[in-house]
Amino acid sequence: MSWETVIGLEIHVQLSTDSKLFSGGSTSFGAEPNTHVDLIDLGLPGVLPVANRGAFHKAIRFGLATNAEINQTSTFDRKNYFYPDLPKGYQITQMALPIVGKGSIKIEVDGEEKIINITRAHLEEDAGKSIHDLFDGETGVDLNRAGTPLLEIVSEPEIANAKEAVAYFKAIRQIVTFLDICDGNMAQGSMRCDVNVSVKKSDDTELGTRAEIKNINSFKFIEKAINFEIDRQIRILESGDSVVQETRLYDSVKNETRSMRSKEEANDYRYFPCPDLLPVVISDNELKEIKDNLPELPDEKERRYVEESNLDSSEAKIIASSKTMANMFEGACSKTNDSKLVANWLVGDISALLNKDNIDLQESKLTSDNFALLIERISDKTISGKIAKSVLEEIWETGNDVDAIIESKGLVQIQDESLLEKIAQTIIDDNPSQVEAFKGGKDKLFGFFVGQVMKETQGKANPQSVNEILKRLLS
Amino acid sequence: MSVQYKTIKELKNMLNEKEISYTELIQETFLNIKNNSELNAFITLNEEESLKKANNLDNSPGSGSLNGIPIAQKDLFCTKDLKTTCGSNMLSNFVPPYSATVIENLENAGCISVGKTNMDEFAMGSSNETSFYGNVQNPWGENLVPGGSSGGSAAAIAAGIVPAASGTDTGGSIRQPASLCGISGLKPTYGRISRWGMIAFASSLDQAGPMARTAEDCALLLNEMCSHDEKDTTSIDEAVPDFTENLNSSIKGLKIGLVKEFDLSKLDNNVVKVFEESKKHYESLGAEFIEISLPNISLSVPTYYVVAPAECSSNLSRFDGVKFGKRCDNPKDLEELYIKTRSEGFGDEVKRRILIGSYVLSAGFYDAYYKKAQQVRRLIKNDFDSAFKNVDIIMSPTTRGAAFEVGSKGDDPIQMYLEDLFTIPANLAGLPAMSIPNGMVDSKPIGLQLIGNFLDESRLLQAAHNFQISTDWHLKTPTGNKS
Repeated sequence: MSWETVIGLEIHVQLSTDSKLFSGGSTSFGAEPNTHVDLIDLGLPGVLPVANRGAFHKAIRFGLATNAEINQTSTFDRKNYFYPDLPKGYQITQMALPIVGKGSIKIEVDGEEKIINITRAHLEEDAGKSIHDLFDGETGVDLNRAGTPLLEIVSEPEIANAKEAVAYFKAIRQIVTFLDICDGNMAQGSMRCDVNVSVKKSDDTELGTRAEIKNINSFKFIEKAINFEIDRQIRILESGDSVVQETRLYDSVKNETRSMRSKEEANDYRYFPCPDLLPVVISDNELKEIKDNLPELPDEKERRYVEESNLDSSEAKIIASSKTMANMFEGACSKTNDSKLVANWLVGDISALLNKDNIDLQESKLTSDNFALLIERISDKTISGKIAKSVLEEIWETGNDVDAIIESKGLVQIQDESLLEKIAQTIIDDNPSQVEAFKGGKDKLFGFFVGQVMKETQGKANPQSVNEILKRLLS
Repeated sequence: MSVQYKTIKELKNMLNEKEISYTELIQETFLNIKNNSELNAFITLNEEESLKKANNLDNSPGSGSLNGIPIAQKDLFCTKDLKTTCGSNMLSNFVPPYSATVIENLENAGCISVGKTNMDEFAMGSSNETSFYGNVQNPWGENLVPGGSSGGSAAAIAAGIVPAASGTDTGGSIRQPASLCGISGLKPTYGRISRWGMIAFASSLDQAGPMARTAEDCALLLNEMCSHDEKDTTSIDEAVPDFTENLNSSIKGLKIGLVKEFDLSKLDNNVVKVFEESKKHYESLGAEFIEISLPNISLSVPTYYVVAPAECSSNLSRFDGVKFGKRCDNPKDLEELYIKTRSEGFGDEVKRRILIGSYVLSAGFYDAYYKKAQQVRRLIKNDFDSAFKNVDIIMSPTTRGAAFEVGSKGDDPIQMYLEDLFTIPANLAGLPAMSIPNGMVDSKPIGLQLIGNFLDESRLLQAAHNFQISTDWHLKTPTGNKS
């Protein structure tokens, strides 16, 4: 008997607005506890929420980028439950009429494309944080995060395995960062997800009972939690028991999911329309303006890089898939003409350095100005490609200017043909046996002579000139 | 010179003519408050600050339209640095760090907030008996309730202590106590006055409004209370007219609707008699009466008692002992913190409504109760919309009778809920409505309710003022007719 897994994701994306969803409180991360909290965030008696239009515009961008229906009239509801970090005793969310309706997104797993449908994306306010380990026997509450705007993106249960789930999460992350609506910083909790997993027999038409795994915030943990959960559910089903509908937590230390609360223990959230907020109406003009100013997305960038910059499609895809990579590419290309060379370096040496240090391009010391200059110095033959590598490494360490590095280290390429010829002749003269062997048919020895010239010039010789000169002298 | 029972208009003249200083006015106001302390109309006094403000005005009179006028603020409005209890034990220690927009508006106009008035706990009640701070006495009789929930405000005016008070009206909480205390009170159109800083009971029904001796004074107060407020998205973005402008215009030809479905035959004969006399009086002023039908009006009370508790159950969730207000002693865990804090902090009526509200919103019951109630509410609003195509205002008694005795309805919440039979429909429809004194029943005052069309407060005030310049019911005081 074979089992089939059905997965749906609810991704919480923290929108990068300056102020909160219903107050003027700041949304910046990492401040002293309870310093970014105003009267509204605190839920003081008598305060009222005012919806942040900027958050709506960001949500609409997401909707447009995923070909979704935009509800030009959307409403807010209250989700009632008690928790110390929920100041009002209810969360304001969009239950009945979300700003973004049905849409879809393309994912790719092992070279295969698949469309995942998105049920809805709605705005809601985040809660604060309960801090259990700071005060002995007491719980602290930090409300800095309370009221931060979240876009909750709900997928259809169309994801078949952990790999697809990760690909889906990555695709969402890519789109929200390109749209500039979220910083995509998972370590700071800017993106988190709840995963619904169920297992059924392949020929069953109905879905199995699902478990919801709450609040996972890394690609690795999503994959592990799902795989653990699939195994757990299959084991239960194969032993003849049935899966219980419940909420579970993923413990990354033990790599297991644990029951948090069962369906019976679940809150009755008593949703009802929030009487403090009128429906938010987005005018046709407002919508058009957002549409007209929608940032370019990875697919469009990829196409443009192939068509306008003559990149091959694999290079174009790699560069277009990361916002910082694309920004670096476009930034450098605006200052230098050799876009092919820019792309080669980005996909080759720069990517290698990023992988080695496990950082994102924006965390490196490389600027697009300095990068463009490096490409220029290769193009105008000031330095060879080989020297350029060492210059890049130097930039990586110090962030120093390309020309300053070249000058201080005396790396300018030797272009003087007569000088190169003199050096080549000396090497030929000093190595008669190799010359004889080469002339006798050992073609591979050509590289030996090139290497010797390079060694003599400390790598500064123009390799093309060296090749031509040696060919002539050895013929 | 006594300032007791003086109207705002009279006090303004006295101040302008320097018959009295700002300081003397406030000093005498506090003397009257203390002489009437048995009324229990105030929860918190603001004497020092008030005298300071009066002294400042004596030194340099400002340009506010209500300079130096003492006003009592219902203890439901947040007042910066001044304790705000909402009539509840839960907020017995709550000192807000900010003021409600309506408080700011009134104080910017020069009003001096002399104290915070007693009220039914969280505005839930029609007799002021649910206040944690004890019931308020109606100045018209030791054992009589003043009505509620704005009972402290109404009693303070009826006793002539202050000429003005703020109130709030969710199902009749301005009009019913105004009727029972023999004063004038107006609930404006929903959204006319910002709700920012008003401690919410039922957000879609709550509306602040003025309470005073006369309709004219209500107009003076309303002029300052209204403003479009960006902090309240339900606040109406409409120009605020000068509500005093048309007060003296004749109401000849005014079409007044009488609601067919309000069965007055069930009321006390004397109440009906008073109402009939007022009709005659309006006829003598040139108004004409038209019978109108509001077919769904009988559903108002049940609809209200689904919608209001539902909203209150959610609005009052923030009182959990975590951030402000009361916290129980030594809870053993989080659940006990919630249970003990809320059990000790809330009174029975508040608990009853939280339970009703939680029930009607719960999964499986939402459609049958809350959703249905919202649909009925829409029908009631439509009924009014149709009626106002044919009439300018609608008239009815404000209450089913005059003030009742303390404790007389204590055990039967339904009887108490029916107190608001005539007042609730205007809240459900969001329409302006006011109550003015129009007679006496058993030596107790009783009120006439006028309901207006959307944003048509001016017409209500005009009709009320026309009535008051030709009658003397509003001049009656518990100690006899005002000179």
